[in-house]
Amino acid sequence: MNALNSLMDGFGTALTPLNLLWAAVGVLLGTAIGVLPGIGPAMAVALLLPVTYGLEPTGAFIMFAGIYYGAMFGGSTTSILLNTPGESAAVVAAMEGNPMAKSGRGAQALAAAAIGHFTGGMVGTILLVALAPTVADLAVDIGAPDYFAIMVLAFIAVTSVLGSSRIRGLASLLIGLTIGLVGLDQMTGQQRLTFGSLQLADGVDVVIVAVGLFAIGEALWVAAHLRRRPPDPIPVGRPWLGRADVRRTWKSWARGPFIGFPFGAIPAGGAEIPTFLSYVTEKRLSKHKDEWGKGAIEGVAGPESAASASAAGTLVSMLTLGLPTTAVAAVMLAAFQQYGIQPGPLLFEREPDLVWGLIASLFVGMVLLLALNLPLAPVWAKLLRIPRPYLYAGIMFFAAVGAYAVGGEVIDLVILLIIGLIGFGMRRYGLPVLPAIIGVILGPAAEQQLRRALQISDGSVTGLVDTPFSVIVYAVVVLLLAWPLVRKALPRKGART
Amino acid sequence: MTTSTTDTAPVPAPGRRSWLRDHSELGVCALLLALGVLVLADALTMDVDITQRGPVGPKTVPIVVGAGLLVIAALLAVDVLRGGRGQAETGEDVDLSEPADWRTVLLLAGVFLGAAVLIEPLGFPVAGALLFWGAAFALGSRRVDRDPLIAAVVSFVTYAVFNNLLGVPLPGGPLMGVL
Repeated sequence: MNALNSLMDGFGTALTPLNLLWAAVGVLLGTAIGVLPGIGPAMAVALLLPVTYGLEPTGAFIMFAGIYYGAMFGGSTTSILLNTPGESAAVVAAMEGNPMAKSGRGAQALAAAAIGHFTGGMVGTILLVALAPTVADLAVDIGAPDYFAIMVLAFIAVTSVLGSSRIRGLASLLIGLTIGLVGLDQMTGQQRLTFGSLQLADGVDVVIVAVGLFAIGEALWVAAHLRRRPPDPIPVGRPWLGRADVRRTWKSWARGPFIGFPFGAIPAGGAEIPTFLSYVTEKRLSKHKDEWGKGAIEGVAGPESAASASAAGTLVSMLTLGLPTTAVAAVMLAAFQQYGIQPGPLLFEREPDLVWGLIASLFVGMVLLLALNLPLAPVWAKLLRIPRPYLYAGIMFFAAVGAYAVGGEVIDLVILLIIGLIGFGMRRYGLPVLPAIIGVILGPAAEQQLRRALQISDGSVTGLVDTPFSVIVYAVVVLLLAWPLVRKALPRKGART
Repeated sequence: MTTSTTDTAPVPAPGRRSWLRDHSELGVCALLLALGVLVLADALTMDVDITQRGPVGPKTVPIVVGAGLLVIAALLAVDVLRGGRGQAETGEDVDLSEPADWRTVLLLAGVFLGAAVLIEPLGFPVAGALLFWGAAFALGSRRVDRDPLIAAVVSFVTYAVFNNLLGVPLPGGPLMGVL
């Protein structure tokens, strides 16, 4: 099989000492950052974007992939030991994991989570290997109208599937699109929203927007509401599982990926929905129903496995279609753009070394993650005690490094602070951050595809819907938009949850 | 859509301040409105006669985005007046039970701006250390013995990693000139 050969070549790339080092650095850094309260995977990758200026792309993406998986694992550690999940994907881990830790079974909870991440990631990555080349082949001759349709789908999906309010999601998206407009028009060189400033003519760098919204915005927001006494983490020993626990959990580990992977691949909010679905499934299938809510180990194993697999699913749509479905994928897409690489169907043809090296390094990273995290868990638990002033001062500091490294301009730091203040306001008033970042990253590309499509059709709007692919995508968009109305019209039968 | 109730009747004059505080989200609408006007004004004053190629010029998308901002500002205002509220974000270190601590936020922003100004004259290592120390101070850390030391170590190590290891140039400043 062709994919297998390519994967073997990929292992050749991933197993060079230097790339192995980047994978290990990524996994360790990702876990440490994920464990640190207040920093999620998206902020972690955003803060590390500046390394793309000094690293060659393969090494950088191998490291980013390690950070992604590591940070998701680290996030569940925080949930289990602190019961205050920092990001949505880790909410479910707290529901059973924290009661387990409280009743002295923290070591088992961490082990169930770690092995769950390993199996989920492994199965997810195998599915990625099997599916991604096929998707890329199918998508390889899609044109401008199809790309535009996919981007419209991404815009609508992030605003209407996620979050509680569509209006606020759309407001966030429009803020992002506006920031994306600043600078010279790509097709005509016309200045837009630059107000005659040479600085703004280059546009606002995506790195600055990502770091501003995720890092500065978050630091300022936490500063306004800093908990006077941080919650005390529950001390934990080395993770291990008894035979009885393994017998209870292996099915949960095996089921998780098949719930997580599909949800990661579609723009439906990444790990949030599948972790919850997996939780509900495991609860229904469990033979120990009395333990649920008091620390049922299946409730940690299944969702964690689903979360990890959803990360692999996310990579399918990002690598093959250039469609980011989560905040992390959006920031990784920004990293691709920094290198002038456009993820999409052609990526597998143009950059086979990079793509397959990246995929192979996912397997390597998963093994490293398991090998490092089981013995290191007590060390990670200590990170939860870091004094909060240092933590958030560090975030401000590294955000400044990242923004300054973009071009060595002080004005970039001022723009960073302004975007940070916007991020602060968005957090205060419940405007989700993800639509804004998607708007900044995909907005200019969407405009270009739109104009290209209309140029081909000579201005006729039918040019946007003249391929079967784009028609299908728009049908999905309409379905998403109409869903709340449809649900209201349907007779209420699912009221008992 | 958010859950909206119709029980927020207009409040009489004495309660005006608290009404405003309750509806501070209208400020977001005002900002969106202003942004929309700005984008539209910029798009409509654009001079595109020479540069236009193809049926869709550089004006079209800004006009759509600007109009979208106006519509969303109006819709959000309606939602807020009908009792809809954006949920403030929660997190591990976020305690929403107490009112916002504006002093810390302003101090942090000030420290950040100050450090930005100092990068060029003092060089990155010194300005970065001041940023870290100042931010830690703003966030309530008062260990005069430990804080500056940690700040200096973080800043110098980062400088070395970026400047020498990764090849991302950062200004060393007079201090690096001496060393």
